[in-house]
Amino acid sequence: MFPLLQLDGVGVRLGGRQVLSDVSFTVGKGEFAAIIGPNGAGKTTLIRVILGLRPTSAGRVIKGVNGAGAGRVGYVPQKIVIDSDIPLRAWDVVALGLDGHKLGFPFPSRRRREQVEQALQDVGALGYADARVGELSGGEQQRVLIAHALVSRPQLLLLDEPLANLDLRSEQEIVTLLGKLAREHEIAVLLSAHDMNPLLPVMDRIIYVANGKVATGSTDEVVTSEGLTRLYGHPVDVLRVRGRVVVVAGD
Amino acid sequence: MFSSLMFTGLMANTWIAATIVAVIAGMTGFFAVLRGEAFAAHAIPNGAFAGAAGASLLGVNVIWGLAVVAIASALGIGALGSKARHDVVTALTLVLMLGLGALFVSISNQYAQQAYSLLFGEVFGVSSADVPLIAVLGVLALAGIGLAFRPLMLTSAMPEVAEARGVSVRGMEIYFLVVMALATSMTVPVVGALLLFSLMIGPAAAARSITARPGLALALSVAIALITVWLSIALSYQTNWPLGFFVGVGGALFYLAGLAARGLAGLGGGTRRVHPAA
Repeated sequence: MFPLLQLDGVGVRLGGRQVLSDVSFTVGKGEFAAIIGPNGAGKTTLIRVILGLRPTSAGRVIKGVNGAGAGRVGYVPQKIVIDSDIPLRAWDVVALGLDGHKLGFPFPSRRRREQVEQALQDVGALGYADARVGELSGGEQQRVLIAHALVSRPQLLLLDEPLANLDLRSEQEIVTLLGKLAREHEIAVLLSAHDMNPLLPVMDRIIYVANGKVATGSTDEVVTSEGLTRLYGHPVDVLRVRGRVVVVAGD
Repeated sequence: MFSSLMFTGLMANTWIAATIVAVIAGMTGFFAVLRGEAFAAHAIPNGAFAGAAGASLLGVNVIWGLAVVAIASALGIGALGSKARHDVVTALTLVLMLGLGALFVSISNQYAQQAYSLLFGEVFGVSSADVPLIAVLGVLALAGIGLAFRPLMLTSAMPEVAEARGVSVRGMEIYFLVVMALATSMTVPVVGALLLFSLMIGPAAAARSITARPGLALALSVAIALITVWLSIALSYQTNWPLGFFVGVGGALFYLAGLAARGLAGLGGGTRRVHPAA
């Protein structure tokens, strides 16, 4: 498989404390991978390392291996709060994804309009393109932010806790949408979440973070009582009940 | 109904200067409101008052004093604001500058008259010599906002995303504060520190309520600032009531009208909320 993201023995120190060590995994074209772990395990830190916003103390991060489209990463941050009064339509938010870093006023063109509309359509948000973005629901805003990340046609889509603060129905819709983007658009999707269960139907690879270390592979390989006990360093039980996985950190 | 005297040559400088001020205030105010920097928009002009007082004490053009102190305040707020709380740093900058301003004004011998004109402006006393300098600073401030329109928008709406895309949120913050300081140094002598604040905030707040289109909201902000200033000058000339009264009331009225317009649009079902039955 063609890897779009590769981490080799990455370590991170924060304020003299080793928060992550020896993190290695790859995410390939069209692959759906999830960083799973309890709160405070270092999921957001790992994402910031991949974005290049946080320095590593060891190892290396390679984006777009073999140079093809290196560094083209779409990013959706965690718990973004958009001011309800801000004069931006969903359409404008997506357009900012295309050229928001450029100087001057945007030059309207047919190509620009088509690119924005395509991205809105890809996430199913074309119906509220003209609505003020701050007045949309959490699930709708999440779609618009995904379109913002997608419009520049990245090869890797990185999302930090995209399912937090969503109701059950929006959560399922967003998971389905992200799975579809990975399959049909052949982009690599990497997201973080504290609960793996909503992702089980679409997830190809799990990157389980606990105790400053990671275990990676398929869910069946990684999420076992033995594997997680080794990772956490204390006894952990993994229960599979009606297609759901429950991790019990016993004492 | 208005006296035609207010359009004579003596008043021409007033109209020109006030028009430039309104355009600048409408544009910089738009981002001040968007970025939640209304307090900085209050603090920088009022703090710059110290610079004006100091400059007149030294016998140099008031605008230079305003520019130096306004830009220094902007850099101070920008530099310290990331570590400590932004509003606390802004407030401390403001009180420090007001304290200095009080000292300078008391040392100079024209205490009351000068303090009054710096706080409330002397739009009816703009001289022909002032107009070119005001115009140059105005064009600089306009270019500053226009050039950075998109990154300003991106960092205002979604700072986390901007940072990940390599747009420095802190850099844009300091940049914007400096542009606002430039705008301040040219506008304070004309409309005064207190009025400038209402002219920056009122029209911009109204505009963002009326429309969700960013370009249109910016244009509306400028248009409302222009209407407010023109009406205020005309009314002030007619009634001899202070200009500040009309600018302040105008800003508040437009803001309320904007809220009402948005409320009505919301009640009418407006643009959306037509979900298919779940």
